[in-house]
Amino acid sequence: MKRILLSLGLIASLLFVFACERKGGPGAGGNSGPIVIGYYGDLSGRTSNFGQSTKNGVEMAADEINKAGGINGRQITILSEDDEGRPEKAATVVTKLIDQDRVVALLGEVASGNTLAAAPKAQAAKVPMISPSSTNPAVTQVGNYISRVCFIDPFQGAVMAKFAANTLKAKKAAIMLDFNSPYSRGLTEFFESSFTKLGGQIVNKQSYTQGDRDYKGQLTAIRSTNPDVIYVPGYYGEVGVIAKQAKQLDIKAPMLGGDGWDSTQLWDLGGDALNGDYISNHYSVDDPSPAIKKFVADYKARYGNVPDALAALGYDAMRVLADSINRAGTTEGPKLKDAIAATKDFAGVTGTISLDKDRNAVKPAVVLKLQDKKYVYVETIYPEGMTAPAAPAAPATSGTSPAAAPVLSPAKAGAAAPAKAASPAVTTKKPAASPQ
Amino acid sequence: MDTFVQQLINGLTIGAIYALIALGYTMVYGILRLINFAHGDIYMVGAFVGYFLAFELGFAAGPSLVGLSVVLIGSMIAAALVGMAIERFAYRPIRKYARMTTLITAIGVSLLIENLFVARLGAAPRAFPQLLREQSYTLFGNAAISKSQILIFAVSVALMVLLQWVIFKTKVGTAMRAVSFNLNSAKLMGINTDFIISFTFALGSALAAAGGVLTAQYNPQIDPLMGIITGLKAFVAAVLGGIGNIPGAVLGGLLIGIAETFVVGYGQNVGVPTTFRDAVAFAILILVLLFRPTGLLGSTVQEKV
Repeated sequence: MKRILLSLGLIASLLFVFACERKGGPGAGGNSGPIVIGYYGDLSGRTSNFGQSTKNGVEMAADEINKAGGINGRQITILSEDDEGRPEKAATVVTKLIDQDRVVALLGEVASGNTLAAAPKAQAAKVPMISPSSTNPAVTQVGNYISRVCFIDPFQGAVMAKFAANTLKAKKAAIMLDFNSPYSRGLTEFFESSFTKLGGQIVNKQSYTQGDRDYKGQLTAIRSTNPDVIYVPGYYGEVGVIAKQAKQLDIKAPMLGGDGWDSTQLWDLGGDALNGDYISNHYSVDDPSPAIKKFVADYKARYGNVPDALAALGYDAMRVLADSINRAGTTEGPKLKDAIAATKDFAGVTGTISLDKDRNAVKPAVVLKLQDKKYVYVETIYPEGMTAPAAPAAPATSGTSPAAAPVLSPAKAGAAAPAKAASPAVTTKKPAASPQ
Repeated sequence: MDTFVQQLINGLTIGAIYALIALGYTMVYGILRLINFAHGDIYMVGAFVGYFLAFELGFAAGPSLVGLSVVLIGSMIAAALVGMAIERFAYRPIRKYARMTTLITAIGVSLLIENLFVARLGAAPRAFPQLLREQSYTLFGNAAISKSQILIFAVSVALMVLLQWVIFKTKVGTAMRAVSFNLNSAKLMGINTDFIISFTFALGSALAAAGGVLTAQYNPQIDPLMGIITGLKAFVAAVLGGIGNIPGAVLGGLLIGIAETFVVGYGQNVGVPTTFRDAVAFAILILVLLFRPTGLLGSTVQEKV
């Protein structure tokens, strides 16, 4: 009996300690002291390049803001959690960041599947969350506390479909998708509908699951249908191997992908087999604009490598959040989320960020060609209603002038209806000297 | 037709890897009646030793045949030592207890190795350096075979022939066969059974490590958990062929590899999603256990090691 009482007492005191910590936790929503922001991402799992790059970008932005005096005199503190790239772990660490660390806002995740698992927790706790780079439409449909600073899959899928049909003149496309990934399935759906509307044909569709080691069965089936291009909307870990095995099978059709390819490890896995493939992405490191040049140089000086798009988006997400806190004048969830949603014409390194009514950023996408361990800029594709800024180079030299570019009809509206402003109608700007 | 031949080549390639690993399962079972569940992790250890050897010795810089041979043999030796250590410190002390005890120990060892690697190296996949200049050759019309596939076939066949020679033509092989018939009688005949068991573990582990390095040339992604599914499938292959039976392990490995590839390659035509690939191996296992519990080539009078 004594022992039971003792343990009950222990539990009670532990609970008391936790209760105290909750009340006086670092964030606490007050208006003084540091602003505590939670970051969660995959720092040790299969997509750890994503999480690490984003974290680098977030921390770099926070340090710059802090050096410049912080937000209204308050410093930013970033608390990072590792979700190992697993959805259930993402939900757990976000709960921890909210309940225990009392963060005022959350930044993360990269993979849509993980963001989708964590978002309901943030929504329920009324803690605003900005995803730097989850592109699946369903992410911000979780609730009004969830927003993002990147474009969404209906647009990204349409960009690649348009590039394949118009620039590469492809008629037959095969698709190789990651069966269990919302990101991959979303892109597949929108690529497929856009490509067929442009007169193309999907000749074969194969699937794999994350962590598979042998893709030759699927690739052989694809090869037998002789496609002009192969769309592989997956993550770098698998894509690198797929590219290599495709080369072993002597498949010559170029592979097309999305922002999930962007990682330094892609080259370690795929090597030369990736030459001649194309991806859609959020920005190009070769962009000559001074803001991007400065960002790339600062990032290189700090981390020793070239920032990928995920680092740039992490950087932008942090700065958009800081800007919103500044405008809101408070870190209280309800007011902060309104300030985030009202973000307009924010000059980020990944383009001008304005959130639409579904809290998705409306931004152009770039198409990059993979060549000798470099992403070479090919063209910029704008969403409908957004025109190319006065470019230094006249775009008239290319075959398709922007005005003549066919406008795609909106993608099939499924459960994940695309945001209106980001419907996959696209216009193209090409550089004067298109490196094709 | 081209596609069929191509799928066959694809299937045989992964089948050869399964076969190499299955040999280790079947040899250890033949001698100790123990399913060594840590064997799949030895395959992973082999790949990682190869990875670090390649970087430490500077072979990662570019493809070279010398580098490949050194890495392959080096990781086989290292894995053999790891296998012997596992036997010495985990299995030998409890050999006299019920077989269930050793089985559970084996599962424990497997988890220990995996988690040690995750703790030390992280779970993120690493890219294995390219040690072989990749090139594809065309045969039978449109079917392509790559250098790394040829390497897998050549090395695994060579190792299997070598294994057959060790078992049937050498003194230690004769002793292994004796131990597999009856451990106690073999001991009474003056055979150093502890040494023979240790030797068997070394042999099996070296083959698994070879499988690890060869796979890494074919598919350059390695991670600490890569041995789980591959190891399980190799185990299924060993049971399919008749556990304890050496040609059976090879046959089982090739069959599982081909079955898996065909499910992926042709399954979609008949509405079977490619994600069923892993399920097929285990479905085959269940069927075999139902209708032919001793496996395809297994029987009580077969020669075992």
